[in-house]
Amino acid sequence: MLREEDKIFNNLYGFDDWSLTGAKNRGVWSNTKEIIEKGSDFIVEEIKSSQLRGRGGAGFPAGLKWSFMPKDSGKPHYLVVNADESEPGTCKDREIMRNDPHLLLEGCLIAGFAMHANTCYIYIRGEYSNEASNLQKAIDEAYENNLIGKNACGTNWNYDIYLHIGAGAYICGEETALLESLEGKKGQPRLKPPFPAGAGLYGCPTTVTNVETIAVAPTIIRRGASWFSSLGRENNTGSKIFSISGHVNNPCNVEEEMGIGLKELIENHAGGVIGGWDNLLAVIPGGASVPLIPKSICDKVKMDFDSLKEVQSGLGTAAVIVMNKSTDIVDAICRLSHFYKHESCGQCTPCREGTGWMYRMMEKMVKGSAQVNDIDKLLDVTKQIEGHTICALGDAAAWPIQGLMRHFRPEVERRIKEYRLGEVA
Amino acid sequence: MPIITIDNKKVEFENGMTVMQACELAGAEIPRFCYHEKLSIAGNCRMCLVEMEKGPPKPVASCAMPAGDGMVIKTDSEMVKKARKGVMEFLLINHPLDCPICDQGGECDLQDQALHYGFDKSRYEENKRAVKNKHMGPLVSTIMTRCIHCTRCVRFSTEVAGVDDLGLLGRGENAEITTYLEKTIDSELSGNVIDLCPVGALTSKPYSFKSRPWELSKTETYDVLDGIGSSIRVDTRGKQVLRVLPRINEDINEEWINDKTRFAIDGLSRQRLDKVYIRENDKFNVSDWDSALNKIKDEINKRGKDKTITLSGKFTDAETIITSKLFSKGLGSDLYDCRFDNAQIIHGESESYKFNSSIQEVENADAILLVGSNPRWEASVLNIRIRKAFINNSCKIGLIGPELNLNYSYTNISNSLAGLNDILNNNSEFSKDFFNAKNPIIIVGTSAINNSEGTSVIKICAEIAKKLPNFSASFNPLNILNQDISRVGSLELAFKK
Repeated sequence: MLREEDKIFNNLYGFDDWSLTGAKNRGVWSNTKEIIEKGSDFIVEEIKSSQLRGRGGAGFPAGLKWSFMPKDSGKPHYLVVNADESEPGTCKDREIMRNDPHLLLEGCLIAGFAMHANTCYIYIRGEYSNEASNLQKAIDEAYENNLIGKNACGTNWNYDIYLHIGAGAYICGEETALLESLEGKKGQPRLKPPFPAGAGLYGCPTTVTNVETIAVAPTIIRRGASWFSSLGRENNTGSKIFSISGHVNNPCNVEEEMGIGLKELIENHAGGVIGGWDNLLAVIPGGASVPLIPKSICDKVKMDFDSLKEVQSGLGTAAVIVMNKSTDIVDAICRLSHFYKHESCGQCTPCREGTGWMYRMMEKMVKGSAQVNDIDKLLDVTKQIEGHTICALGDAAAWPIQGLMRHFRPEVERRIKEYRLGEVA
Repeated sequence: MPIITIDNKKVEFENGMTVMQACELAGAEIPRFCYHEKLSIAGNCRMCLVEMEKGPPKPVASCAMPAGDGMVIKTDSEMVKKARKGVMEFLLINHPLDCPICDQGGECDLQDQALHYGFDKSRYEENKRAVKNKHMGPLVSTIMTRCIHCTRCVRFSTEVAGVDDLGLLGRGENAEITTYLEKTIDSELSGNVIDLCPVGALTSKPYSFKSRPWELSKTETYDVLDGIGSSIRVDTRGKQVLRVLPRINEDINEEWINDKTRFAIDGLSRQRLDKVYIRENDKFNVSDWDSALNKIKDEINKRGKDKTITLSGKFTDAETIITSKLFSKGLGSDLYDCRFDNAQIIHGESESYKFNSSIQEVENADAILLVGSNPRWEASVLNIRIRKAFINNSCKIGLIGPELNLNYSYTNISNSLAGLNDILNNNSEFSKDFFNAKNPIIIVGTSAINNSEGTSVIKICAEIAKKLPNFSASFNPLNILNQDISRVGSLELAFKK
């Protein structure tokens, strides 16, 4: 259990004032100038040794990513904050932006300075209008108080933050599609290489980072990397906001230590599974894109990147979707397939054609009108998509189905048999 | 030179090459749909996937991956074969497979590659997607259900043709190539999208349902409809010319031709001057060769032979020119000319009527002065090079002449001889850029020289050219852009008074 004094997000639930006054009371912007005066190398090293991993889903080491930015490229550098939080089940960034926006803004300045960037764009999801409103007010407050802008915080560093509201496409949360969208083009992922650190926004060095990753950075530096890495375990350090939804008595966002047991997380913070722990069927532990895990794994699994990888799932965005035994698990995964079919950008072949095909086969699985060997065909199609696409949406569309068949194949087969029996009768 | 290993074969490659180009050096064939040498890289068809050792545990798109020293690439491993089969299957599930009624049949990339890399049967049991056809004008026919979304046509129209008329609307499986508002592609190069389309989604409207490629005799030749002389291939069946396609010629037309070249063939079979007519009292009467030639003989004898004028037309070949010249001289007349439009030249200077600095060189220009020319209409293929210079070298373009609709921005200096003089005297804003440029080029169109001021225009332009930094004994930046294919040949044969 995370101790109260180790929490980074002290106003996660918005009980306190979200404006600058409230934020300052909570210690935000308290010694930003001192931190920046320690230099960009210090900041990057500190983040590196804290072993902070990106909170957007992929879990790439944040300090390493920041260090990819060239020192003097002769071009402007950009920090782009990915606030296009659209992963089904995930609702952590919105709480940061509406209840503690200054934490994010301070992070933007520190991270941007560490990357030699003078400009930061926050790309916020179009549906987040309340969040965008609060964030814009916070940006205005920060400008008024010289926390950002010319000579930000009195550090001689000029820093501008712009808020850009997206138009509501899931794919624009993919970092290069986000950059395309920000440039005013159609949100379609770019080919990599070149990576954004080399040629990103307007062809200049850019780092795209999740809101939570940026928002935790100031506290890590303020309290020291060793404090952060003392939480959790090696390579899976620190605390993390978990979004718990689905069949729980008290769906919530909660900041917890990495590596907390899934059962503990659900029972302590979300009031337990509806109908008791034994009524649990399966959990999607990291937002719609990761494979589900059945109750037998949920009993023991720890919530961090490596532990979940060991059970062939992933931490993703740490959006825990709980499903009890009242769930039609096949239909639930089918709905996710529909989501990916709907959100595929249509650029590259396997995803454009494959997501629709998978969804239609899943529809048959729900009814049971498929053949038993169609399950293998479906799995084969998921393998044909996985790893063959430009971006990770193809993988994300394939994994939930692979997870379903890995753990609930007997259920799917049962339906097919029942359907056939019904036909015969 | 860096070395890359492809299928256990080591090859040297030049820096900046992609893995696909390196594979071609090694003789490994890489299937592709979206990749095209002359267009930007899209990497969206995923057909060119190859395995990279020590890379990520998944195949990489060879068309977009820069080749690196020491890379080890496999193009025929299990992983690659599986990936190709998978992509091929995805491309075919929503493709109508209406090859028997498709004009692309027999020359279709999808057909060929399905044969080599595809499954032999379909596993797809759902309904296929159908897409409404789009109106793209009288030249390009669309059957959009066949589209595989390679976006070659979109890239061509935006990058090469310079019009934003084509694009991809919608997303996922609802993505459609369209002209947005169902309008005609407003480009003189629109026909090239037919060649670029790897499937039968965009085909030629006039050629539709006319023939199969294997029925056609192919004759390689040159286009005569503008002064450029693009390399083309004429496809005929029996006596009928059915279509004209471009041939690759990097010096002239790369691999594009304009719509006039491509679609003018209907003029070969309709309303041709295939009989002899004699004009009597402003009326044309049908006649025959004997009476016509006799009439010519009589008329010449009636008048002074030495006052007989011989004029040649736009398409006259060099042999006919020589024969006419000998004929005229035989009559005792030296009145013959090819310049029926009164174009001026400077006698004794062949540089006053030639395109001196090769078409390819236009691409390298960083400043271009257009004098009385609309290259977009007069030489569309040359205009592609000018646009390329504009995009790649930020070429500054100045125009002396009336306002034009060009697909790059330009400065309209003036529409008079005075404007040209200002440039010569370095008196205008454009002239400073022009004289400071490294590779400036002057292009003079026929409308500037086929009038009484023509000689002055050429003389001033020649003087400007001499002042330019790239002028030398072997390079002349002055170019006369003729509109008639036979003009330079005739002038070289001195078919002028």
